[in-house]
Amino acid sequence: MRHIISILLENEPGALSRVVGLFSQRNFNIETLNVAPTEDPTLSRLTVTTVGDDRVIEQITKHLNKLIDVVKLVDLTEGNHIERELMLVKVKALGASRDEVKRTVDIFRAQIVDVTPSVYTVQITGDAGKLDAFVQAMAPIGILEVARTGVSGISRGDKVLSL
Amino acid sequence: MELLSGADMIARFLQDEGVERIYGYPGGAALHIYDALFRQDKVKHILVRHEQAATHAADGYARASGKPGTVLVTSGPGATNAVTGIATAYMDSIPMVVLCGQVASHLIGEDAFQETDIVGVTRPIVKHSFAIKHPSEIPEVLKKAYYLASTGRPGPVVVDIPKDMTAPTERYEYVYPKKVKIRSYNPVTRGHSGQIKKAVDMMLKARRPVFYTGGGIVTSGASENLTALVRRLGFPITTTLMGIGAYPQTDAQSLSWLGMHGSYEANMAMHHADLIIAIGARFDDRVTNNTSKFCPTAKIVHVDIDPSSISKTVRADVPIVGPADSVINEMISLLQGREMANAEALPEWWATIDGWRAEREGKLYEPSQPGERLKPQEVVEAVYHITRGEAFVTTDVGQHQMFAAQYYKFDKPNRWITSGGLGTMGFGFPAAMGIKQNFPDDIVVCFTGEGSFQMMMQELSTCKQFGTGVKIINLNNGSLGMVRQWQDLNYKSRHAHSYMESLPDFHKLIEAYGFTALKVERHDQLDAALERMFADNDELVFLDVDVDPREHVYPMQVPLGAMRDMLLSKTERT
Repeated sequence: MRHIISILLENEPGALSRVVGLFSQRNFNIETLNVAPTEDPTLSRLTVTTVGDDRVIEQITKHLNKLIDVVKLVDLTEGNHIERELMLVKVKALGASRDEVKRTVDIFRAQIVDVTPSVYTVQITGDAGKLDAFVQAMAPIGILEVARTGVSGISRGDKVLSL
Repeated sequence: MELLSGADMIARFLQDEGVERIYGYPGGAALHIYDALFRQDKVKHILVRHEQAATHAADGYARASGKPGTVLVTSGPGATNAVTGIATAYMDSIPMVVLCGQVASHLIGEDAFQETDIVGVTRPIVKHSFAIKHPSEIPEVLKKAYYLASTGRPGPVVVDIPKDMTAPTERYEYVYPKKVKIRSYNPVTRGHSGQIKKAVDMMLKARRPVFYTGGGIVTSGASENLTALVRRLGFPITTTLMGIGAYPQTDAQSLSWLGMHGSYEANMAMHHADLIIAIGARFDDRVTNNTSKFCPTAKIVHVDIDPSSISKTVRADVPIVGPADSVINEMISLLQGREMANAEALPEWWATIDGWRAEREGKLYEPSQPGERLKPQEVVEAVYHITRGEAFVTTDVGQHQMFAAQYYKFDKPNRWITSGGLGTMGFGFPAAMGIKQNFPDDIVVCFTGEGSFQMMMQELSTCKQFGTGVKIINLNNGSLGMVRQWQDLNYKSRHAHSYMESLPDFHKLIEAYGFTALKVERHDQLDAALERMFADNDELVFLDVDVDPREHVYPMQVPLGAMRDMLLSKTERT
């Protein structure tokens, strides 16, 4: 099963490599990874999506917790949560397909953020499924480049991940 | 307020931390630190002949004393040479602080002379690592390093120190930090009471219980409490290779150690148990054999300080995260005034176990006949008797290691010193050296083989320099015995590169360093040689014993089988 694990990490050099190294060292897999500082400059928030059965996920969270740089973590998929990913896509926008791209962008509630006579750059946010669907819809028209941030997430309601 | 250079801070910190001996080897990036050590006399530096030996010596000291060992090496090759020793300590959860010189900050990343990203290289084999960014942070970082290394589940910590951080011209305020706090690191100090109560209830209801305890008992100094608990309940106990000595092996309740080459009765008892109380052990593959066939009828209580050890390979029915000593203590108090629910079951269980014991009695190995080569087991037994079971015993890795574990009986913890997790050939001799230098009045024996010894024999020179009287027993079978055994069993005796041709004349080699070498070729020479060997506790003596190269280590668990599936000799199996 797919899990989204959010981690508050010491914002120190080498901390990220310890997290990433743990996954390869213990033969766990990383589907997506996203990391940035939080409102507290001493902390980064790292979100990783991974796939595994309950035993594997238990080992992943236990080993992550053992890392000295990991201050706190939560498996967001254990409760209600919001998950978002942002994607920038460059697509061919020539002749008839120019309108087709625009229509599809509207259907997906995406935005065109850059325009040239032959290319649209589209920004789209949502869960991974929506982004995948958009890529599929655009594929016949001609995708030139894709940049995805990886999943970021947060719990619904009053639950917070903080110190 | 005292102003010190980074290098002087390191020397001063080691003094204030109570470090008496450090093991190391100098080099360019560490020279400021070496100069600071030279200008003081409280911390003694032992100059090894290879950095790997520094880590093993510090590790041996840590295992024998329970205190963290300290290593100082230079950048690049100095640090990479230490890697095997760091991994050895990591796998066996041994507290160790490794101070590594590094090229000056402005050179880092430029492939400077003797530059290695040692924090990167050691990342998967350390508990944590630090890189010094400013000289003023040295006292606090070092305190954190010792704190992390020695608390919770202990392990090695690497501190990377760029040369400019130790420059003699730059001075900063030095205060010894008595305490440090790390917000993300709070090792548990006691187990969950409800879980402990549940475990105690299960113990009282058990019909066929077995204690299975590991290195965690030795590490947490829980040996006394464990002994009290096991005696109170009257249950059988087996330990892992790492846990040998935590419960007196000569006691009737001890089934000796378990696993791949563990005792017949220990493996049989585990397989047939209805309750396994695992404390400070990690269900390692050399213990469990095939986990899907592991102890089919047993419920499992698992006590460990490290939550990630619990249910890692074998699922625990009652997991308890906590330090062994305090959890055992709580178990003892909960047992007060309570009785076993099935009082008749335990004597029956013991009768079954005694039956297993009797089956193997006197059949463990075939003794040698007069005029034949000695059996390695006989040598270990003779050493056990002449040292009255009181020596510190270190080993290298292979058949001799297993024979030493099987035939030397330990009644105290911290005396059996072996590389269990990583299985590092070359560990035994430098570890013995580290122990002897810190426990000069004790007898320190290193069992080794001609393969392992040649991996670290340069330390004879260190022993010469520091007058270190370790007793080295080379069980010489002229081949890499354990490899050969596997080749006999699995490769139709095709001995691919498991024989040692062109062995040196050990006699001449040892004498070249000015030490005494003894040679035993036949049974009737052994006693006199051992008398001579142990006559003077301060003298390094090397005993080269020709042992039977055809001997195998038994019992040996059958690959992919259950605990009870064992080869018992070349012709018998369960």
